[in-house]
Amino acid sequence: MKFIDEFRDQTLARRLAEAIAAEARPERDYRLMEFCGGHTHAIYRYGVQHLMPPNVRFIHGPGCPVCVLPMSRIDQAILLATQHQVTLCTYGDLMRVPASGRQTLLKAKARGADIRMIYSTQDALRIARAAPERQVVFFAIGFETTTPPTAVAILTARREGLKNVSVFCNHVLTPPALATILATAGPDGVRLDGILGPSHVSTLIGSRPYNVVPERFGIPVVIAGFEPLDVMQSTLMLIRQLNSGRCEVENQYRRAVTEDGNRKAQALMAEVFKVRADFEWRGLGVLPESALTLADAYADLDAELRFPVEAAPTKEIRGCDCPSILRGVKTPTDCKLFGNPCTPENPMGSCMVSSEGACAAYWSYGRFREPNASLSRTA
Amino acid sequence: MIADRRFPVRLDLERGTLELSHGSGGRAMAQLISELFQRHLDDELLLQGNDQALFQPPPGRLVMSTDGHVISPLFFPGGDIGSLAVHGTVNDVAMAGARPLYLAVGFILEEGFPLADLARIVESLARAAKAAGVAVVTGDTKVVERGKGDGVFITTTGIGVVPDGITISGDQARPNDRILVSGWIGDHGVAILSQRENLGFETQIQSDSAALHTLVASMIATVPDLHCLRDPTRGGLATTLNELAHQSGVGMQIRETDIPIRSEVAAACELLGLDPLYVANEGKLVAICPPEQATRLLAAMRAHPLGVDASIIGEVVEDPQHFVQMETGFGGSRILDWLVGEQLPRIC
Repeated sequence: MKFIDEFRDQTLARRLAEAIAAEARPERDYRLMEFCGGHTHAIYRYGVQHLMPPNVRFIHGPGCPVCVLPMSRIDQAILLATQHQVTLCTYGDLMRVPASGRQTLLKAKARGADIRMIYSTQDALRIARAAPERQVVFFAIGFETTTPPTAVAILTARREGLKNVSVFCNHVLTPPALATILATAGPDGVRLDGILGPSHVSTLIGSRPYNVVPERFGIPVVIAGFEPLDVMQSTLMLIRQLNSGRCEVENQYRRAVTEDGNRKAQALMAEVFKVRADFEWRGLGVLPESALTLADAYADLDAELRFPVEAAPTKEIRGCDCPSILRGVKTPTDCKLFGNPCTPENPMGSCMVSSEGACAAYWSYGRFREPNASLSRTA
Repeated sequence: MIADRRFPVRLDLERGTLELSHGSGGRAMAQLISELFQRHLDDELLLQGNDQALFQPPPGRLVMSTDGHVISPLFFPGGDIGSLAVHGTVNDVAMAGARPLYLAVGFILEEGFPLADLARIVESLARAAKAAGVAVVTGDTKVVERGKGDGVFITTTGIGVVPDGITISGDQARPNDRILVSGWIGDHGVAILSQRENLGFETQIQSDSAALHTLVASMIATVPDLHCLRDPTRGGLATTLNELAHQSGVGMQIRETDIPIRSEVAAACELLGLDPLYVANEGKLVAICPPEQATRLLAAMRAHPLGVDASIIGEVVEDPQHFVQMETGFGGSRILDWLVGEQLPRIC
């Protein structure tokens, strides 16, 4: 694949690995948080950690939208589909996320709820146009990356006067999550030396919003692409910053990220959404001004207003360490449930559901390195 | 065809649709069988019109396999549910090293399904069976109410005979054996996905749907000591390797760069967030053989039209945990796990 294989080249990877090994000082360690699930996925899928010297450690961050969604929101979605009998359209990753009482959207669908897996917001509009008598709700989820397509769908629905479409909005914002992790880092929390910053999110918001990280927290950031060579080059850049005593925002992912980001998309988001007072994040708690909801002018398309449901507050599954894993305090193998009974077939926590979740990446790609990984369901 | 006096008005094979009576066992069903099925399926045993086929088994051990086909869409680039129903079962029989002989075919049809499409499917099924040299000797047709099926489901059951001295089974892989695949991986799944209406991408990729028994015959003629054969259908190559590793109680070490994957397939999977190693194939096989036979086996496969792009992709290793590990093209290594759930697309 042209323009992809170049970023997965073995020779370049070996050279970068050598450069990192030469640059990393043996007397210290480097604890680098890759913010996004996309990075975690690349690190495990391509075996990047394996190419690092032992004192360069990746700490997995919370940048997996499925993983940070609290259970109560899935409960709400199931209630929307069952109590209000709407057609609920959702991206595939959400189908198997555990809700309360061992429920999932997939199980609700099997019991007769009209839940459809879609690939694009446009599919939801198509379904609504084809069945004007059905109420169609789009389960919107994701960081800034997936927000503009939702905005476009809302604007299209308004323009076409589609009365049977609404949006269950769960879009969240990256900078508040990052600030929370850094603010709680310290003696009790996770020690971080540097951040591999989001790639796709940054194409939207630009590199500027990260300036606060070096300024306020004294931690360098390198905005890093999702291909394995991107991750390795960004790691080298972070280590060089740390070794030379610099602390700034650098942009490795220059082929897509600018300082200002995508202004057109930002304008769309500003038109259609407003910032919520607060929003619950799995693992991080209730964070002020960390999520979006529909702006007043589009409130008639807000599924939460059109179909009010009451979901009980989230109760975490006992023993599940997802909250600590999402903050980088623990690794997946620290969790007592990892591998038994929690596996991708039978996920207890959200980090095991999405392929970008840290637990799923550990389990699917890397568990042969873990000494007690024989807790295999095939045993 | 000579007009049958029982049916004064012929079936409308251009515009007609299936009715419940076509599966009722009465005259309408007899007409469907006579004017549609038997037009294409004309094996002597089938035409006897009995509810079973009576035949003398040939010498050797018999193998039997059954497979239900529920593919959507029914017609796809490179095949349709009719040819697939033949290839699927022929291949399952052939993976024991057998020569497939007979097929039984069960149709579950939905009321309202166009007779023209059904005729296309039956014709394609008959053509595939003829090309594979297997006889469709018995069959069954049911019609379910509209909305209770998805057009056409086909179940095929096959019987074949295994030559003496051949013992091929999923539990025969031994450490140091070599693992081979017969060609490009992932074509079928991507061809099907490209036809799903909500995906909207175009590709020239054709399904690889094919009957593999002649390839198998030339493989066992060259290397009678073949240990395992399996066609990596649902769950793809990765899942098949895990099945074999688990069944044989071994591990596997494979090399990503040696697995044949077309760049179009890789690109489509990249776009959809899929992994080609988990995408279904319908005309490929995985073979495991002793190390000293691997080169000869590879040459025999490449000499056959269905194995031109065959490749040795790795080795069987000792591993109490039965992991399939892969050296990535990037230079790292990782587990190649069983398929989990359905392959779902990423959201960001």
